[in-house]
Amino acid sequence: MSIRFNFGGDEHIFGEVSEEMSLTSFFTGLSMTNAVRTAGIRGVTEICPANASFQIRFDPDIVRPQDLLSELKSMEEAASKAAPVLKTRIIELPVFFQDPWTRETCLRFRERHQDPSSTDLEYSARINGYATVEEFIAAYSGQPWFVSMVGFVAGLPFLYQMVERKKQIQAPKYLRPRTDTPKLTIGHGGCFAAIYSVRGAGGYQMYGITPAPIYDPTRKVRYLADDMCLFKPGDIVKFKAIGRDEYDATLEEIEANQWQPTIRECTFSLTDFNSDIYGTNAKLMELINGR
Amino acid sequence: MAAKVISPGLSTSVQDLGRPGHYHVGIPEGGGMDRFATRIANLLVGNDPGAAVLEATFMGPELEFTQSAVIAVTGGELPPKLNGEERPTWESFPVKTGDRLSFGFLKGGARAYLAISGGIDVPVVLGSRSTYILGALGGHQGRTLKAGDELPIGEGSGKAGLSLPVNLRRVWNSPAELRMLPGMYWHRITEAAGNRFFEETWKVAPEADRIGYRFRGGTPLEFVEREQPFGAGSDPSNIVDACYPYGSVQVPSGTEPIVLHRDAVSGGGYMMLGVVISADMDLIAQLQPHTPARFVAVTLEDALAARAEQRAALARAEGYLAG
Repeated sequence: MSIRFNFGGDEHIFGEVSEEMSLTSFFTGLSMTNAVRTAGIRGVTEICPANASFQIRFDPDIVRPQDLLSELKSMEEAASKAAPVLKTRIIELPVFFQDPWTRETCLRFRERHQDPSSTDLEYSARINGYATVEEFIAAYSGQPWFVSMVGFVAGLPFLYQMVERKKQIQAPKYLRPRTDTPKLTIGHGGCFAAIYSVRGAGGYQMYGITPAPIYDPTRKVRYLADDMCLFKPGDIVKFKAIGRDEYDATLEEIEANQWQPTIRECTFSLTDFNSDIYGTNAKLMELINGR
Repeated sequence: MAAKVISPGLSTSVQDLGRPGHYHVGIPEGGGMDRFATRIANLLVGNDPGAAVLEATFMGPELEFTQSAVIAVTGGELPPKLNGEERPTWESFPVKTGDRLSFGFLKGGARAYLAISGGIDVPVVLGSRSTYILGALGGHQGRTLKAGDELPIGEGSGKAGLSLPVNLRRVWNSPAELRMLPGMYWHRITEAAGNRFFEETWKVAPEADRIGYRFRGGTPLEFVEREQPFGAGSDPSNIVDACYPYGSVQVPSGTEPIVLHRDAVSGGGYMMLGVVISADMDLIAQLQPHTPARFVAVTLEDALAARAEQRAALARAEGYLAG
C-alpha cells in the first residue's frame, strides 16, 4: 500500500492511505500520525488522523514543505510495517434508541428524507436487511466500534463498527441536510456512526440519544475536566442500549455530577482481530462487563 | 475597566490570533479572520499583536466605556464614531469614561477589528481568548456579543494619534482573486470541469461566515466516473470522511464551492479541489456577499513567494509602528 501525499496549500500535507474505509487503512494512518508526533518535527502545528487518511499542518516559515514531505515519506515504510497493536481504552456509552427527541426531529424533517413514510430507524433496518428495528438496534449495540476520527465540530467522534465488511451497517445521508439535530444524537451516514457533540445542522440518519455529555467547553462535567472532549481517535466504544427509565436516572446522576462512563484500558491487536473478530470483541467487552 | 455593549452589531465576537493544536479533536484555530488587521489594530494601541480584539461583521457594535483608553479600528472600512463624531480608521484615538463608540455604514471590506489598549481580558481557554461560536468555547461566554454584555479590559498604555499610512494597508481588488493550489481530490473532476472552474467568475453567496465562504454562479462540476469506494457515500462528490485543511475548497454535490476559514469544520465527506493559499486567507475575510471572485491556480512555489511577500508587508507595517 502506498500513501497518496498531497500538499493542501502551503500549510498542510494530506495523506490518503486508501480511498475506501478499512480498519487496516485507519491503523496505517494512526501509525503515521503517532510517528510524526513522536518525531517532534519542528514547525509541525497540527497532527490529525482521520478514517483512512491523515493531515499534518505546518508552518512553512519553519520547515520547508518539501523537506517535511520527504520526512513523512521516509516514515511510511516503518508505519506500514509497524505491528498493528494499539494501547487504548474501551468506553461504554449508554444510548436510548428510539427516543422521543430524535424521533420528533426525524418527523419534522421528513420531506428531506429518502423515505418520508418510515422513520430513520425503520428505513435503515430495512435497507440493511433487518426484519425489525429491534434486531437492527441489537446489531448496532451488540459489537463495539472504533473511533476512527474526531472532528467536523469539537469532540464529535466518527465510529466504525468492528465487524466484517458484509456486516457493516450502511445508510445514505439525508437528501438535504436538516437544520437541526438534538445534542448527543447517535447518527449514521455511509458506514460511520457519529455522536453529535453539539446541537446543529446534520445529514446523518438519527437512531437515538446518549445522556452522557461528550464535549464540555466549561469543563464542569467531572470526566471532562481535564480534556473537554471525551473521545480520541483509537478509542473503542461499546453502546449499551438503555430505556427511558435508565436514561432519566443517568441524566439525574449527570446533573448531580456524579456519573461517569465505564472506561477500561485495553490493548487491541489488528492481527488477532482479523483472525477472530467476535472472539476479540468478546474479550474487549468482558473488560467493561466484568466489573 | 470595561466596555459595555449597548448594541452588538450583526455578528461581533472576541478574537485574537487563535488556538492551534486542537484540530485533531475538531476544535479549529479560530482567531481574527483578517490576521493582518487584528495585529495592526493591537499595535496601534500599544498592545501585543496577539491581544484580544473585537471582530465586527458588516455592521459595528455600539459600546460605552467605563474608563479612559486608547482604541483603533482596522480591517474593512467601517467608520468609527465617538459620541456621534466620525473618527479615522487605522489610527489610534482616546476614549474617556462615558464615551460612546458607534459605527457608520460599511464602505469597503466586510470585517472591522477594534482594539482597546490593554486588550479584552476574557478568560484564556486552550491558550486563546478567541470565540469558537459553534463549540460555545472561549471569548465572551462562548458566543457573539449581546446588548448588556460587559467586556473586561486589561491595563494598557497606548498612545493616541498613531496611524498606519495608506500605502502600508492591505488593498483588495474586484473581482477578488483567490490563489489556490489545486490538489487533494482534484483528480475526481474532468479536465473540462477543472478548466471552467478557474475560467468562470463566481460570486460570494450570503452563506459566508467564520466557518467558511460559499461561492455561487459557476457551472456545476463534472466528475470522473467511478464506483464509489466503500464507506464514501453515494454522491460522486463524497469521499470517506477526511480532514479539511484551512482554506480547502470543497464542492458538495459539485455545485457551490465552499472555502473553509478560521472556524473551519475540521473534517467531513466532501471532495476538495485544492486549498486557497495562506497569503489570501485575510482577503477572504474582507469579501462581502455578492462580491465577484475568481480562483487562480498557483504552484507551491508561488504560494510560498506570496507568503514571503505578505510577511515582508507585515514587517514593514510593524516596523513603521515600532519606529
